[in-house]
Amino acid sequence: MTTPPQTPLKRTPLHAAHLRAGARMVPFGGWEMPVQYAGVRAEHDAVRTRAGVFDVSHMGEFRVTGPDAERFLQHVTTNDVTKLRPGRGQYNWLPNETGGLVDDIYVYRVVQSEFLIVVNASNIGKDWAHLQAQTAGYDVTLTDESDRWGLLAVQGPQAEAMLQPHISVDLTAKKKNAYFPAKLFGFEVWLARTGYTGEDGFEIFTDAGEAETVWDRLLAVGFTPAGLGARDTLRLEAGFPLYGHEFAENLHPLASTYTWVVKDKAHLGREHISLAPPVRLIGLALERVPVREGYPVLLNGERVGHVTSGTSSPTLGHPIAMALVRGDASTADAYEVEVRGKAHPARRVELPFYRRA
Amino acid sequence: MQTPTELKYAKTHEWLKDDGTVGITDFAQDQLGDVVYVELPEVGRVVSAGESVAVVESVKTASDIYAPASGTVVAVNDQLSGSPELVNSGPYEGGWLFRVENPEPADDLLSAEEYADANG
Repeated sequence: MTTPPQTPLKRTPLHAAHLRAGARMVPFGGWEMPVQYAGVRAEHDAVRTRAGVFDVSHMGEFRVTGPDAERFLQHVTTNDVTKLRPGRGQYNWLPNETGGLVDDIYVYRVVQSEFLIVVNASNIGKDWAHLQAQTAGYDVTLTDESDRWGLLAVQGPQAEAMLQPHISVDLTAKKKNAYFPAKLFGFEVWLARTGYTGEDGFEIFTDAGEAETVWDRLLAVGFTPAGLGARDTLRLEAGFPLYGHEFAENLHPLASTYTWVVKDKAHLGREHISLAPPVRLIGLALERVPVREGYPVLLNGERVGHVTSGTSSPTLGHPIAMALVRGDASTADAYEVEVRGKAHPARRVELPFYRRA
Repeated sequence: MQTPTELKYAKTHEWLKDDGTVGITDFAQDQLGDVVYVELPEVGRVVSAGESVAVVESVKTASDIYAPASGTVVAVNDQLSGSPELVNSGPYEGGWLFRVENPEPADDLLSAEEYADANG
């Protein structure tokens, strides 16, 4: 038997910095990424109580420019980009022709006819091909800038206070989803006040060649390096769906709780998305046994769905999970999750599991 | 990494004491990270060397634990139900998993030196 040729894993500009920080590196969506440094629990707690920094340089960046840039994005996304003023960002979805989700993305309007979109690392190639295929009839130019940018996410209740002494702008004046240029440690960067942990924070777009120095400076002023492990427990506590788990191309996007991302406007796949989804995303809390992706969810002994993401919540101290269940079975209070052949009680809880004070 | 010399080790990172006590290695607990749940075999169960008999779960993942010896389970570490983190803090002491009576060790267990060499 022969094994298929392995595509070499890609590395971010911070690869050497991760090794220096003692990271355990793992394959993730075609990239070699740090899963943890000191430990998931310690990194998770650092973000919830102080501030951590994540390397998210593996994510992709596309620039969309031209007289039809706004009209093009209105066509290919579900949210309303006409509401975006320059210097603002918006969570958004890329649907396909049949209403499936190609990706979930962030859209920033730089100036009137120029946007930057941030896409998931594992979807860069797919998203690029999809967007290129939709450009007919639009006077628009797409540029893949994924290799140009390093992207660092500083997250936590102290993120603003810890950044402020080293940055050229007044961060208190920057509201959630603001997108703005600044000098950080003397380097030209762009920041977005957003993130994926449920905490306040900023995503910092740096020149790829300067990312390592910026990272080192952030560690030097007290940010805790945090890996994919903490990123996953934090986002799950915050109830944020993750592409490949709660979202997939063959899954109706409105199964998630993020139905507000679809606005009343003409867009690709609209007639399919407007149909009611056959499944719903719910939150589950368990007493002791952690449940993992794929475990069956039972209602009155009948299988009605499956876990899409599960972990033991470091903040709450008990296991939590998101699950997709049949629409007609999505409003019960009590379920069971099958773990290694045995059913364990799980109660339905509202998402998010954790909301910052 | 600690690798006590009086123990035998499985390639799958379990340790076995002469009296049949079984646990996971310091290397294994470090790789797993924070242990949050341990599922142990029932007392009285007859296990075969190499058989999956327990599960140790960390924040991120569930890992099967294989018996390094055949025998009958005569004791399990009840402390772990309330304090699974004992596996991290004392993998060779308070974090032991279970004990089999009259253990018949698997043929391919490693010495401490061999295990340390393989996982250096």
